Amino acid sequence: MPTPIVVAVVPVAHGPGAVDLGSARGRLPIDNAAHRLKVPVAVRRAGVRRGIGPYTPDPMPPADPARAYLDHAASTPPHPDVLAAVPGWLADHGANPTGMHTAARAAKRALEEARERIAAVLGCEPGEVVITGGGTESDNLAVKGTVRAARQAGDPDRTVIAAFEHRAVLGAADRLAREGSEVALAPATPSGTIDLDRLAELLDERVALVSVMTVNNEVGTRQPLAEVAALVRAHAPRARLHTDAVQACTWVDADAYAEADLVAVAGHKVGGLRGTGALVVRGGVHLLPEIEGGGQERDRRAGTPDVVGALALALALEGTAAARPAEATRIAGLRDRLLEGLFAEIPDLVLHGASEHRVAGFAPIGLPGCDSESLLVLLDLAGVDASAGSSCASGATEPSHVLTAMGVDPGTAKGALRLTLGWSSSDRDVDRVLEVLPGIVRQLRGGA
Amino acid sequence: MRVLVAMSGGVDSSVAAAMLRDAGHEVTGVTLKLWGGDSDSGCCSVADVEDARRVAQQLDLPHYVFNLTAEFDDRVVDPYVAAYAAGRTPNPCVECNRSVKWGLLLERCRTMGFDALATGHHARVVRDEGGRAWIARGADAAKDQSYVLSVLGGDVVVDTMLPVGDLTKAEVRARAEALGLRTATKAESMDVCFIRRDERTTFLRSRVPQAPGPIVGVDGAPLGEHDGVAGFTIGQRRGTGVAAGERRYVVDLDVGTATVVVGRREDLLRDRIDLVGLTPTHDPIPDGTSVLVQTSAHGVPVVGTLEATRVHLAEPRPRVAPGQVVALYDGDRVIAGAYAG
Repeated sequence: MPTPIVVAVVPVAHGPGAVDLGSARGRLPIDNAAHRLKVPVAVRRAGVRRGIGPYTPDPMPPADPARAYLDHAASTPPHPDVLAAVPGWLADHGANPTGMHTAARAAKRALEEARERIAAVLGCEPGEVVITGGGTESDNLAVKGTVRAARQAGDPDRTVIAAFEHRAVLGAADRLAREGSEVALAPATPSGTIDLDRLAELLDERVALVSVMTVNNEVGTRQPLAEVAALVRAHAPRARLHTDAVQACTWVDADAYAEADLVAVAGHKVGGLRGTGALVVRGGVHLLPEIEGGGQERDRRAGTPDVVGALALALALEGTAAARPAEATRIAGLRDRLLEGLFAEIPDLVLHGASEHRVAGFAPIGLPGCDSESLLVLLDLAGVDASAGSSCASGATEPSHVLTAMGVDPGTAKGALRLTLGWSSSDRDVDRVLEVLPGIVRQLRGGA
Repeated sequence: MRVLVAMSGGVDSSVAAAMLRDAGHEVTGVTLKLWGGDSDSGCCSVADVEDARRVAQQLDLPHYVFNLTAEFDDRVVDPYVAAYAAGRTPNPCVECNRSVKWGLLLERCRTMGFDALATGHHARVVRDEGGRAWIARGADAAKDQSYVLSVLGGDVVVDTMLPVGDLTKAEVRARAEALGLRTATKAESMDVCFIRRDERTTFLRSRVPQAPGPIVGVDGAPLGEHDGVAGFTIGQRRGTGVAAGERRYVVDLDVGTATVVVGRREDLLRDRIDLVGLTPTHDPIPDGTSVLVQTSAHGVPVVGTLEATRVHLAEPRPRVAPGQVVALYDGDRVIAGAYAG
């Protein structure tokens, strides 16, 4: 039987501005509201909700109704339920969850509830969820943490990653290579999936880590992760399988990455907050922390845990999972109407990756005879937010390593455009693109 | 007009953008990412992109970044290295203006439907009675940059706007200050943007195979040795390692035999400059036309007479290193640009 928590409430001085603890006196469990920091009146009036509430799948119009937002794969707007709940969470959970006192325990309780809910959606145990500062950090922790742990133990430290991995994984692997580890890139097929035969050739007992993303972030192709896992188990028995599920957790169920030992997700791709992510580290996987300090997150990620970000991630993941069957159909419908409309106007339009592997929100297209940067400028000036694929720190468009890995010829890759839809997308967004993009393409091809 | 402003992250292009906006144009800012390697100067680092973006935000202008690193390598860096390997002394900033800013960028600017391309160069665009556009010297003589724009043809000058050319540098800084722009007090870029300060020789030697060779006098007498000709420039005084009673200058380079010829200042003097790649801004220039000749960015123009692809100088001048830009003026107006042969 668990021992009931006994709380001694110590009277505090009631000076001007002091927090009134009176209402908490003598009551169990602790009323979080008693420790609430001052919340602006406007926020209180707005009827802020607290706790992880139900998720409303109804789309909300984007911030600027004059514009169409088609860059959900870069960042999808926080869901209204998250937006509504965040001020209250910030107010309620201002204490450091690692402390001993009442306010700290309230924050810790919220964090652990969030962790349980995240674990439930991602299909793992709560103790296997490490809250991080985002998808990139999760990938770095998975890749570098696992391989460095193998190296420290004196085990082989070879790393095999897909050639089309996110730059977070590529960057982490590059660091390992510069530290002396052998890193191999598994090639892609033209359909945008990993080449399983070539992957198998790279696997043996020297491999410590294999990383293959669940859904590619540029072309939206779902990877055959179960087959990858089977190959890894068969040919690389020492290896851990990591998957970057940052794009996937919007579009596919947890079954898709159930075989992976490590799974990275990010809050802002599912309607949560930027600056929070999670890494699933399944039991038995040993990794060295990237961030050292106070030993938080069971010595896997030091630093004061981001309680509000974790709550937002939990709510967004739950809501996204609950809404998925209906939303995937709705958004695929919008996406298909977009593509059909574009094909009708631009017959030589190229669609990157095989359609049977593509998740609902992605329209990765190539526009021969155009360059991505000019397309993006004219789309932006015409009220459409889009991207070409990936961006570097300066904001410049980089040649796509994903399209290169898929064997797309450089001329076509130069005119790449990634239109991605999400929970807030509507017919209006599709109409807007269909209204302006064909004319922009004609203009850039010199026929305007 | 719809104007695309090339914003380098410096004070001049920041103010150029502000002036165009205030004149009522529909202004869009663009910054070129040109160099992916190390550099601590110039106009294409991430910090400079951030400065340009921040200025555009402050001016409430849309701003974009174009990644032209591969094209910059092909069109500027590789020819720069090849020129030094061939014993010439290239001017990469001029080449960047010609083939990147008024090449690729102007092409994109036109394709996207903009009416003009603007930069922050201290020079002016003037139009004659026939409506033809010419590059002319900027109002601030000490900061004039018409020289680095001299090889642009009239077909691109016509779509060019240079708003700060009517201001002095002090006035530009004052305007930036008044607008509260973060670039107001930023230091000027003085070096080649893709090479770290004082590391030109290191940069070249990592890219051009070097062979040691002799240093000889103009009479052929051996005076010493060097470990590679790349980085030697005709006219340079220091760095020959030759101890002599009087000042010695590099007067010739022979890449084939890796020979560096040094001599006295008199040995450098020439009364003519042979030109290659002569680009008149508009019509061909008739033989016998009297011109003002400028052979370096802030050099003093001298009087000469153009005959076909040769300029005869009124008075002998130190030899211009092959590959250097030779700008020809009629008064304050550029009428042609070329390279010393």
